[in-house]
Amino acid sequence: MGKLTSGLYNRLVIAIPYTWLLLFFLAPFFIVFRISLSTTAIAMPPYEPVFSLADGWAGLWSKIGELSFDNYSYLTEDSLYFNAYVSSVVIAGISTFLTLLIAYPIAYGMAQAPRTIRPTLVMLVILPFWTSFLIRVYSWIAILKPEGLFNQLLLSLHIIDSPLIILNTNTAVYIGIVYSYLPFMVLPLYSALEKMDGTLIEAAQDLGCTPIKAFWRVTFPLSIPGVVAGCMLVFIPAVGEFVIPDLLGGSQTLMIGKTLWNEFNANRDWPVSSAVATILLMILVIPIVFFQNAQAKAEERGK
Amino acid sequence: MLRWTRFNIISVTLGFAFLYLPIVLLVIFSFNESKLVTVWGGFSTKWYVSLLSNQGLLDAAWVTIRVGLLSATAATILGTMAALTLVRYTRFRGRMLFSGMIYAPLVMPDVITGLSLLLLFVAIGFDRGFWTITLAHTTLTMCFVAVVVQSRLLSFDQSIEEAAQDLGAPPVRTFFEITLPIIAPAVLSGWILAFTLSLDDLVIASFTSGPGATTLPMRIYSQVRLGVTPEINAVCTILIAIVTVGVICASVVTKRREIQRQRDERAAAAGA
Repeated sequence: MGKLTSGLYNRLVIAIPYTWLLLFFLAPFFIVFRISLSTTAIAMPPYEPVFSLADGWAGLWSKIGELSFDNYSYLTEDSLYFNAYVSSVVIAGISTFLTLLIAYPIAYGMAQAPRTIRPTLVMLVILPFWTSFLIRVYSWIAILKPEGLFNQLLLSLHIIDSPLIILNTNTAVYIGIVYSYLPFMVLPLYSALEKMDGTLIEAAQDLGCTPIKAFWRVTFPLSIPGVVAGCMLVFIPAVGEFVIPDLLGGSQTLMIGKTLWNEFNANRDWPVSSAVATILLMILVIPIVFFQNAQAKAEERGK
Repeated sequence: MLRWTRFNIISVTLGFAFLYLPIVLLVIFSFNESKLVTVWGGFSTKWYVSLLSNQGLLDAAWVTIRVGLLSATAATILGTMAALTLVRYTRFRGRMLFSGMIYAPLVMPDVITGLSLLLLFVAIGFDRGFWTITLAHTTLTMCFVAVVVQSRLLSFDQSIEEAAQDLGAPPVRTFFEITLPIIAPAVLSGWILAFTLSLDDLVIASFTSGPGATTLPMRIYSQVRLGVTPEINAVCTILIAIVTVGVICASVVTKRREIQRQRDERAAAAGA
């Protein structure tokens, strides 16, 4: 009897979240793919064909025949989409690199802090992440705009004569992404650096390494799992970022998340936005698989 | 060699200054008399007063809070189950897929998650509104809960559970009397994380909402596009205050429990 209930219990514990994710996370992607093969229609839902159980098998087959890859060839015809993909990847790549540059010294400093204050420091990194993302991006508008606080400061210090134009440029987008995703980079770096054995650096220095050389030959290689995890946590969502380029970027900032949003909301073209999403997903699956492998390897090493 | 050098102190301080500067400025300017967001016109609380008469904003806040409470609770239940699955059942068919589905939403761009859920709701003919936002947020945030609870489960001595089962406790009772009390701090912080993520979300809510259900971020977003008003700063400050108080309470509770636990352990050790 005990065995029986525990078998049922185990199965339920696995099945409930599993089914939920299959239904609400995986199945939607198949629907996106299927709608990306449809054509736009002035109807609700605004695409054709619409499958229905009432059609029977014959009806279903004839409707499957109506599916086409036209939306994908449309994406290749208009250079807008290609440019948007490329510039998203470039913007996300540059921002990820900048985030790494800024986050590393912070994480390094935290890892070297006295043991007693480390949990507080970690808390302080997480706390802004718990205040609204939209609000934090929004407050950068007041800082970066031409009559904003940053320019007021520089003008009053006589560093510049006329206000810098930062808001509505790619620079503002970089600042926004680095700022918003900084905790995602700091935390994995910190946990990699915190685990590190300090005696290794002492050994390196005893053997004649300068501190800088010891850093590059000992500390940095040991922190690579953290670097990889952090870069993925920043890069992947940054590629599809919508809010930051929309609020801080200008008309010349082209990102695919924004293009998808416009295609969907302004043009109401669901099949084309599904095709845009499908390609974006395919671009992102590669780093996600890479990320999972790196994580599995890190776990192996942890054991 | 591990030292708290001047370089380390400076980099941590600058990093935190960068993280907190926009938040602090926002709070300061919410008490600004002037309508201009960058010019200080004296202390005033008038924007907080005018908030009270902004019915649209209040309605949106109410929707956001209800969505947050419901989805965080559902996500905590599902996420805890998912964490148990990840940690306890290392061998079952489709485990790779399962762990992939737990980690992927953490990094998936919001536009993709939002669009795909919207298309699902349309395909199955589910009317969009309050419930679809709640479902979408549950799906997204359960993965965050799973990761938080998982880390706690990993450092958990499973022999206590085995002892309970050997003494005849059925699995459900073992869970509620042994496992849950031990992982409670992680479950609680998972809930808080899920709640704040839900409060925070703009993109997924915009895709999955329908007529009659506007969340606060959606409202703020549409107002920001029309032009910045100090009223928004006031709303944001209130949100920041709520989150800060929540986080402080949670950390005090966790700290107390931790101290209590250490005391119990010491007492047990002394008794033995």
